[in-house]
Amino acid sequence: MTYVYAFVFCGFLCFIAQLILDNTKLTPAHITSLFVVIGAFLDVFGIYDKIVLYAGAGALIPITSFGHLLVHGAMDMAGELGVIGLSYGIFNLTSAGISVAIIMAFLLALFFKPKH
Amino acid sequence: MKVDDYKKIVDEYTPKENVLKNAIISFVAGGMLGVFSEFLLRVYCLWLDLPRKESGVLVILSLIVLASILTALGVFDVLVNKFKCGLIIPITGFAHSMTSSALEYKNEGLISGIGSNIFKLAGNVILYGVVSVYIFGVVRLLIFGG
Repeated sequence: MTYVYAFVFCGFLCFIAQLILDNTKLTPAHITSLFVVIGAFLDVFGIYDKIVLYAGAGALIPITSFGHLLVHGAMDMAGELGVIGLSYGIFNLTSAGISVAIIMAFLLALFFKPKH
Repeated sequence: MKVDDYKKIVDEYTPKENVLKNAIISFVAGGMLGVFSEFLLRVYCLWLDLPRKESGVLVILSLIVLASILTALGVFDVLVNKFKCGLIIPITGFAHSMTSSALEYKNEGLISGIGSNIFKLAGNVILYGVVSVYIFGVVRLLIFGG
């Protein structure tokens, strides 16, 4: 059943994004930023955790999960240290993704030539 | 010629993209990617004996690596043209934007080229993510107390 939910949720987000892209003048950069904020917003009330429970990796893959993980890491540390913990834990859960993306982009840029 | 007339002519000759068809294509492509990553998550769980949370991170990392390599090979742009937002909204789009901007500005050197442009497109995801965390985090701390 998780597969079905994963298909529907991940597909639904892409569906909405494509509709916004085609019907307005917003660029993909606008839409991804918007989706990150939406993901962070959904995590404030713990809604995104429930979606992850049902949709599994289908909810972890979209960019909304980036906002969700940022809030999650920040709130975990805030629980221990108070308001200061917000800054301590903000990248706790997303650091793996960002680091790998940076190192891959750098190495590939060194060895490959741009194709047009 | 009046501006309005000109606009009419331009509209007439602009190819009309089928909005609904595009949206359905991205729905199916995004959905398939979601199913694939759920499958990958279970494979990692079984083979590497990892808990679900850690293999979730591993799935994200695998997709980032895959998307970066495909971008460098020039395949990803072709796929995006076909599957539209189905590949931009998942984390693959994030990896693609970083690798493609790093490649694009490679000629301007390591520091002023790759260094200052690598976050050109991905930067706004991180920026607005962090800004919203501070806003929502402070609100949640004040209202719910953590």
